Amino acid sequence: MKDVSYITRPSQPLRGYAILFLAFLYVPVLFLPLFSFNDSIYIAFPLKEFTTKWYEQMFSNQQLHVTLVNSLRVGAATAVFATILGVFGAKAVTQYRMPGRKPMVFTIMLPLVIPGIIMGVALLILVSRLGIPLSLYTVTLGHVLICVPFSMATLIARFEGFDRSMEEAAADLGDNAWWTFWRVTFPIVFPGILASLLLTFTVSFDEFIMAFFLSSTEQTLPVYMWTQLRFPQKLPGVLALGSIILVVSFVVVFVSQWLRGRGVAQIPGGGTEP
Amino acid sequence: MRSRLRAAFLRSEALRGYALLSPTLIVMLFAMCAPFVILVVMSFWTQHAFEFDTTLTLNNYREAIEEPVYRALMIRSLWISGTCAAVTVLVSYPMAYYVAFHVHRHKLVWIILMTLPFWTSYLLRVFSWKVILGYNGAINSGLKSLGLIEQSLEFLLYSPTAVVITLAHAWAAFAILPIYVSLEKIDRSLLEAAADLGDGPVARFFRVTLPLSLPGVIAASLLIFIPTVGDYITPALVGGPDGIMIANLIQAHFGKVNDWPMGAAIAICMMIIVGLISVIYIWMTRKVTERIA
Repeated sequence: MKDVSYITRPSQPLRGYAILFLAFLYVPVLFLPLFSFNDSIYIAFPLKEFTTKWYEQMFSNQQLHVTLVNSLRVGAATAVFATILGVFGAKAVTQYRMPGRKPMVFTIMLPLVIPGIIMGVALLILVSRLGIPLSLYTVTLGHVLICVPFSMATLIARFEGFDRSMEEAAADLGDNAWWTFWRVTFPIVFPGILASLLLTFTVSFDEFIMAFFLSSTEQTLPVYMWTQLRFPQKLPGVLALGSIILVVSFVVVFVSQWLRGRGVAQIPGGGTEP
Repeated sequence: MRSRLRAAFLRSEALRGYALLSPTLIVMLFAMCAPFVILVVMSFWTQHAFEFDTTLTLNNYREAIEEPVYRALMIRSLWISGTCAAVTVLVSYPMAYYVAFHVHRHKLVWIILMTLPFWTSYLLRVFSWKVILGYNGAINSGLKSLGLIEQSLEFLLYSPTAVVITLAHAWAAFAILPIYVSLEKIDRSLLEAAADLGDGPVARFFRVTLPLSLPGVIAASLLIFIPTVGDYITPALVGGPDGIMIANLIQAHFGKVNDWPMGAAIAICMMIIVGLISVIYIWMTRKVTERIA
């Protein structure tokens, strides 16, 4: 491989730096599971005995079950709506040449850079002026808004390597647009759709700011955790809950990114755009 | 007539594209514009207990500009976010460089590893820093049990430094990805040409690699600066009284203070200021890159 020349030859200091950087990313988060097994109400060294009582306490907490179900429902609804909108958008911008494509994509991607608090309070004012009571539906609305950009970005990567002549062949063979989509397009972009569903579900499940402004007495899990953070005696329980959420999120996101990246890497020329 | 319209529709690629894009675009436009318009309108109202006085007035803006507390918080927020953006970009650049130039196998795994924490709960990541930096947290209690310190180090938690560290950790993925993409795009033959013409590794980096990756650096710094100005979770958890930022104030106006119009006015002032700074920043960096080129 010519690429491994004097420009790209291995550099030990850089490699060491990269490993340090990954440690900086991951080690802080590992303190949550570490202290969640510690038999002490105080989150401090030295560690006391090993215990699983915080987990037992958590599993018997009724309110936590309720908020967990709330979060799962919001996450599932958000994932489905955001991914449907993402499929339309990604297909349109990758496969059709149209003037004004860039500004339109930019508009759809805007929620990525607007501070969460702005969108949170703006939506709060809108729904309250319209007389819509705050509920899990309003939370879902807010989550769809911030998840569509993620869904689009995931799916655009998948659609970009898609050979449109296959769709045209199906159309020539007499399939109508709907059948063409189901029999040709859908199977090919399916890994992307799955990746988008998993990713948007996780984003919604972990999202706090929109949920904080747009939820009422029906809380989602992050909002519930936030209210628990004020009570020092509840902290170990939050650590146990947080550890489980972290582990599940890591696995789900890893699978979704792998699905998405693998699909792209198989397409020649793809894979440079993460 | 209808069939002719239909034929025109099927012939025109752009029209079909617009039709396909329209559900997404319309939903997003409506969900962003409608709240935004009403936010602007409300910022001209006045709060009376639980009622709104809908006579339009500029009083909220006057207060937002004249009140020294608001100004001080705004300046501090800009300073914290600016520092955070600079630190994160500086720290992330070598990492992105390493993956772009020195990783040949399992590149995807590296990219996933770098960005994975970003997708997990923001609240939990910030909270883990509170656990680490706390008065009786991991660092202080760890050093104490090792006998290295007697008293807790107080500067760790509840300071602007704690906010910057926590934000840098939380937003690292936003810096790495754009920088990585811009580095990956660089034509390797340009680097070989520079080397063949006698440039050493350092000269080659500053004359070829760095200028060509500047778009990524600029995008990364804005992607961190803009959202972090509006963050209120991190200051609330690890900032303490000296680390409170403008977004905490906005949140308070929609909560305890219960003055929505004033909160809306502060939010809009914040967006205008952040927008202006971003435009100036882009304009200046464009001038600088033109001069280099």
